[in-house]
Amino acid sequence: MYSKRSRFLTIMLTLGLAFFYIPMILLIIYSFNYSKLVPVWGGWSLRWYKELFQSAEVWSAVSLSLQIAVVNATFATALGTLAGLAMVRFGRFKGRTLFGGMLVAPLVMPEVITGLSLLVFFISLNQLIGWPAERGFATITIAHITFSMAYVAVTIQARLTGVGQTLEEAAADLGAKPFKVLTAITIPQLTPALISGWLLAFTLSLDDLVIASFVTGPGANTLPILIFSRIRLGLRPDINALATIMILVIAICVAIAAIVMFRQQRADLLDRQMAEREEG
Amino acid sequence: MTDFTGDRPEPLQVERQPMLGLFMRRLQSKWRQIVTVIPFFWLLVFFLAPFFIVAKISLAELAIASPPFTSLIEWSDSGIMTIRLVFDNFIYIWEDSLYFDTYVNSLKISVTSTFLCLLFGYPIAYAIVRSGPVAKPLLLFAIILPFWTSFLLRVYAWMGLLADQGTINNLLIAIGIIDEPIRMLYTEFAVYIGIVYTYMPFMILPLYANMEKLDDSLNEAAADLGSRPTNTFFKITLPLTMPGIIAGSLLVFIPATGEYVIPDLLGGGNVQMIGRVLYNEFSRNSDWPVAAAVAIVLLVILVLPIMVFQHYQGKASEEQ
Repeated sequence: MYSKRSRFLTIMLTLGLAFFYIPMILLIIYSFNYSKLVPVWGGWSLRWYKELFQSAEVWSAVSLSLQIAVVNATFATALGTLAGLAMVRFGRFKGRTLFGGMLVAPLVMPEVITGLSLLVFFISLNQLIGWPAERGFATITIAHITFSMAYVAVTIQARLTGVGQTLEEAAADLGAKPFKVLTAITIPQLTPALISGWLLAFTLSLDDLVIASFVTGPGANTLPILIFSRIRLGLRPDINALATIMILVIAICVAIAAIVMFRQQRADLLDRQMAEREEG
Repeated sequence: MTDFTGDRPEPLQVERQPMLGLFMRRLQSKWRQIVTVIPFFWLLVFFLAPFFIVAKISLAELAIASPPFTSLIEWSDSGIMTIRLVFDNFIYIWEDSLYFDTYVNSLKISVTSTFLCLLFGYPIAYAIVRSGPVAKPLLLFAIILPFWTSFLLRVYAWMGLLADQGTINNLLIAIGIIDEPIRMLYTEFAVYIGIVYTYMPFMILPLYANMEKLDDSLNEAAADLGSRPTNTFFKITLPLTMPGIIAGSLLVFIPATGEYVIPDLLGGGNVQMIGRVLYNEFSRNSDWPVAAAVAIVLLVILVLPIMVFQHYQGKASEEQ
């Protein structure tokens, strides 16, 4: 049950939401500005969208970023799920503290440190075994998997502890082998977390600038690298247009995911209520 | 080899299935090890090993070579191995006031921003907890949504607001409050705004998760016994939400200390933060040994907060 919000809390909440959303709304409005100078209003226009769609540079950056994001999300989800299973279901094992530490540290590690260390790692590796001779797609993807899997593991761990072990134990008692338990019980139970973990890893990869700038090579520009090189010199109306498209796409995806998960939760709740009623 | 067997007793299904092939049985008994070893190995290679290489480079000297640093291990003609560790890079960082001041300035900015995030994030999180069953998920969604949108573009949005010819200055001039634009972009003020804006969700979400578990009956009992709301807040709510405060503060403080994008875009050259110095040292000056030493010192500063964060994260996942 909840008690009513005080007036102070309501004011803070309103101010907070205004603080979060006004900058983004203004960013979107100015993307439709005809003027080349972003803050000077020159009338409504789709000029910058046209320019954006005609830029080959932008398209190749979008394509590279999407490819990295998809591969990263898939591998990070797989590795993060294994890591989450190991942390939650396997009790104590040798090296668990180190493992847990390495799983949590990427969540807070400053990006400059991760980026720098991965770059010198790739360079040393190249001297040692001759790979990677060129930095770009592969090195960025590996770097992204390394920090994304930590976020996936957190999501998976929360879900695993949330659903408990009762169904898995019941299946094992009825004679299901561990692998069967994994595929028939654990993974279906994890589905919502797998989806949100994948999406999280996907966005983290699309969003990363610093680590990608460190581990990329000449010619391999991801979308954030391209955006950053342009806005460093000041405001650019075409970046406003690009930002608007990205914000809308992500807002739609997140909204769909939220609705699906909300429905799922409600279905779970109904199931549980039904079960309780039958028991009672 | 490492033994990964769990403390939970194995189910007895192997005896019930005597016809199982040897290979399958081996797979059955080894699958836990396999599940653990793959991500473990990945993190050892791509997360832990790189730090040791950075540490190694920080102890080397700058050299005109590719990569630009000397080797620590040298073999003389007679086959004698000598290891040369150079601490000059660390001494250089310590003695050069530029680096020292930059570390201090980074910590000042990240501590202040963390406090500001807490100051504004706490009431927002509390307001969401106190919201009705319909509003609550929508509000949570509204807080999470900016977290999913590009960090870079959220910083860029503030460039448009804070610029000399930006929205805020234009608005203030149009209303007639000021005659000339106030300089906001490329100042420390802009860096504070940027950090608070982008890191606020990291403060609100752990606080929310923590407050959600609070028992309202404690507040009611305190009120029944005659405690004023402020007294109840400081004696009951604040201590009970301490885990959320610590987790949220560390989630803001640690990455903010090493922040590169925000001081670069919103601070310009006027705000020195260590992440920016490190990046420039590395990419423009290509003095790798000094850059590596700067990174190691930053890591040493942050090791304690990171360990505290791990401790709380571990406790939180065990409690769930």
